[in-house]
Amino acid sequence: MAIAIAVILLVIGSLLFHFLSPWYFTPLASNWDTIDLTVDITFWVTGVVFVLVNLFLAYCVIRYRHKKGLKADYEPENKKLEWWLTGITTVGVVAMLAPGLVVWADFVTVPEDADEFEAVGQQWNWTFRFPGEDGVLGTTAVRFMSTENPFGIDPDDENGQDDVLIFDNEVHLPINRPVKALLRSKDVLHDFAVPQFRVKMDLVPGLVTYQWFTPTRTGNFDLLCEELCGLAHHTMRGNVVVDEQADFETWLAGHPTFADTQAEPAGDATVGQALYAPCAACHGMQGEGNPALNAPKLSGQEDWYLKRQLHNYKKGRRGADPADTNGMQMAAMVNTLPDTAALNSVVAYIQTLPDEPAPTTITGDAERGKDLYTTCAACHGRDGMGIWSVSAPRQAGMSDWYLANQLRNFKAGIRGAHPQDGFGEQMASMAMMLLNDQAIDDVVAYINTLPVTSPQQVANLEQ
Amino acid sequence: MSATTTHDEHHDDHGPAKGIMRWITTTNHKDIGTLYLVFALAMLFVGGAMSLVIRAELFQPGLQFVNPDFFNQMTTMHALIMVFGMIMPAFVGFANWMVPMMIGAPDMALPRLNNWSFWILPFAGTLLLSTLFMDGGGPASGWTLYPPLVLQTGNALPFAIFSVHLLGVSSIMGSINIIVTIMNMRAPGMTLLKMPLFVWTWLITAYLLIAVMPVLAGGVTMLLTDGFFGTSFFQAAGGGDPVLFQHIFWFFGHPEVYIIILPAFGIISQVIPTFSRKPLFGHDSMVYATASIAFLSFIVWAHHMFTVGMPLAGQLFFMLSTMLIAIPTGVKVFNWTATMWRGSLSFETPMLFALAFLFLFTIGGFSGLMVAIAPADFQYHDSYFVVAHFHYVLVPGALFGAIAGAYYWLPKWTGHMYNETLGKVHFWLSAIFVNLTFFPQHFVGLAGMPRRIPDYATQFADFNAISSVGAFGFGFSQLLLVYVVIQCVRGGEKASAQVWDGAEGLEWTVPSPAPYHTFEEPPLVR
Repeated sequence: MAIAIAVILLVIGSLLFHFLSPWYFTPLASNWDTIDLTVDITFWVTGVVFVLVNLFLAYCVIRYRHKKGLKADYEPENKKLEWWLTGITTVGVVAMLAPGLVVWADFVTVPEDADEFEAVGQQWNWTFRFPGEDGVLGTTAVRFMSTENPFGIDPDDENGQDDVLIFDNEVHLPINRPVKALLRSKDVLHDFAVPQFRVKMDLVPGLVTYQWFTPTRTGNFDLLCEELCGLAHHTMRGNVVVDEQADFETWLAGHPTFADTQAEPAGDATVGQALYAPCAACHGMQGEGNPALNAPKLSGQEDWYLKRQLHNYKKGRRGADPADTNGMQMAAMVNTLPDTAALNSVVAYIQTLPDEPAPTTITGDAERGKDLYTTCAACHGRDGMGIWSVSAPRQAGMSDWYLANQLRNFKAGIRGAHPQDGFGEQMASMAMMLLNDQAIDDVVAYINTLPVTSPQQVANLEQ
Repeated sequence: MSATTTHDEHHDDHGPAKGIMRWITTTNHKDIGTLYLVFALAMLFVGGAMSLVIRAELFQPGLQFVNPDFFNQMTTMHALIMVFGMIMPAFVGFANWMVPMMIGAPDMALPRLNNWSFWILPFAGTLLLSTLFMDGGGPASGWTLYPPLVLQTGNALPFAIFSVHLLGVSSIMGSINIIVTIMNMRAPGMTLLKMPLFVWTWLITAYLLIAVMPVLAGGVTMLLTDGFFGTSFFQAAGGGDPVLFQHIFWFFGHPEVYIIILPAFGIISQVIPTFSRKPLFGHDSMVYATASIAFLSFIVWAHHMFTVGMPLAGQLFFMLSTMLIAIPTGVKVFNWTATMWRGSLSFETPMLFALAFLFLFTIGGFSGLMVAIAPADFQYHDSYFVVAHFHYVLVPGALFGAIAGAYYWLPKWTGHMYNETLGKVHFWLSAIFVNLTFFPQHFVGLAGMPRRIPDYATQFADFNAISSVGAFGFGFSQLLLVYVVIQCVRGGEKASAQVWDGAEGLEWTVPSPAPYHTFEEPPLVR
């Protein structure tokens, strides 16, 4: 009896919940209302069957309870009834499938006038490419990939020269324009999913997959990777910002073309030496760092990382939080570097400074730190020397007190909180696994035990 | 075709050996059945503990308890253990115990093979679990082992693959044994269509296993050579294709779904008629439905891959074939319900679990229909909705089926009635908590929460917290099952031979507990 009541309550409860609860899809932001309709139809068809079957079940449970002397009917078969039920099921299946086929036909027919753009996934971030003025994306190949050409665009392909490159987890799209997203992966499987757009597609190494949609609502939407892609899968988030056409064009114009990136002024270390003078006041003549002035060691740090952070300071993505007093100071100082050429030069000069391991100041349980560091190692490398392809800087032999401070800043939301600082956001999420200051000290203590083997060091040893 | 037993070998009327050697050297189908069931029960708690690590981490957004890599190891190992170590051995255990008794055979056809197929399991399971302690940790790429990610696994990869090989060998040997037993050792007069439905579902399951386990073994071996011997089956850089692995994996993986659920269908088809005191409605159409499901299961695999950019014809074909499965499955649900119509129903624990199965499996089946439609699947794919869907099929589906079977046959195995009150408490706790765990996952999935993430956006927090509470409740409720089983083994009200007053079939003609050797003289079935 209790089970019959439970079944009836559940049926009524689920109906009420379905109609009364505010919990449903995220509000639609693309042309794919037909996908919602397909889903609604499946809800209706299965819902009706669900209610009927279960109410019938409850009826049987109540009506045919075993009482002493009650004999069950003998009815092992009823061909007619069975055929009827099979027939009705078939009708239900057709009712669900037919609209699905229509919608699916739309999905595979990309509109002629759809604008193309490319989303490239790698562990664990997104970059994007727009075709530029000619409207055609340049061809790419793995063999062209390098630090200077992360997209692997063929330098001899005319079409690729004006491609606009977005080195950022954030992409903008114009409203009410159909877009075809071409999807490419550099390493493992990923998946391009924006729940509000309804469509999603995997990024498969070796293939270019695609999907199309028309954004219909301005706003900022989460771009999620929905295919397990390794340790930091959960942090592989991006933003899709849907803009009015004019805003979109302004945004796009703020990004370099492939030709721009290839023509970017290389740093000149001699020019950089002069520019380094104000830096030396805090970071030291040799870039060795100075804990008393809260200035970390710079020598030996990867050039791409220094450049990115300097740009972050310049663009207000870092050092903008009043709680980050040191960062605020640095952000002010960065203004002594007028342009990218100057910035590249000073970084080029820092690369020439001798790389002596910074003195250690933090003690902790290195054994425990070693366990914690297994997670860090996925990006920063087992040797703590940093890995360019996942945008993780070197830690070994760098200022340990600075590492600890930054970990605390990430945890406290002082660093990595800026929406445009995608890598910082990832690090902020990962830093959460260090539950307390002790854990931070332990992991830093372990990093202190890592031998420093920078190319420069190796060269020094060989001399 | 009625097969006559040619079992003329002489048996001394001996009982089991004493002590531990009884279990190591046994060739008795009942002993081996018990071993399988105990192993599966142990693994239920090992795999369950892993899921509680997952749910503890997901109780709140942020990283609280484990690091992301260990979290991924847990999701991977939870699935591998539950699928290969828990639910499959559990059903093989039921088959070992019950198939010979249901068809009037004295034992399994190949008793030594039977011993071996069990004893491979603990070693394979230990091998798999030991990877958690290796350099680089256990496999963390999801139980689907998709390359290229899986090739980033540390030292664990070859061990995990080898343990999958071993588990496969065990399953194949078990299946051969079941097929040979059913085909050759039925009592005189038991034609194929007179066989109880549990026997039928297992016969079909065994064929499925033999057909697909070698495919999985081949697929993971290709992973092994890609990882260690420089081949490029799945590496795009060497001209291979990661999607090929998905095709191979799901050609195994989809029939695997039915390997898990068909024996549960079989158990439910025994339990519902017993407690309705009425023969199963449409026995023959149930057999045909089972066979059609098994056939269809081979041609639907790529519906797991709607978002990998398949060719149009492929997508269309797999959408259509998948929807077809709804028809035979519908037949089954209708027949179970029709069995109760005008029956004389009583609600002992096995029946309660069977009814919950009927209700909740239907939910899992319906959400399966929703994800089968490719454009709708774009919204669901790899989100928590899928997690909710397959857990509804596997937990209140397969696992409840197994639990119903355990309560149903426990008196036959032990000779004692289990504690009915505790059984009912166990049922209600399980039924409530299982829904508390998995129902909210539909909502977070619809809203776009991806699978396999240790940290999530704050808007998903409430439903995740509810889900975690449910998981802990469900996990600890299962301790009650262990208690009831132990209590029942040690003593209790004596069970009669028939046990349940509506029970029909050969297994209920032998005394309870079933003697060590049964049907040494084949019974005659009319």
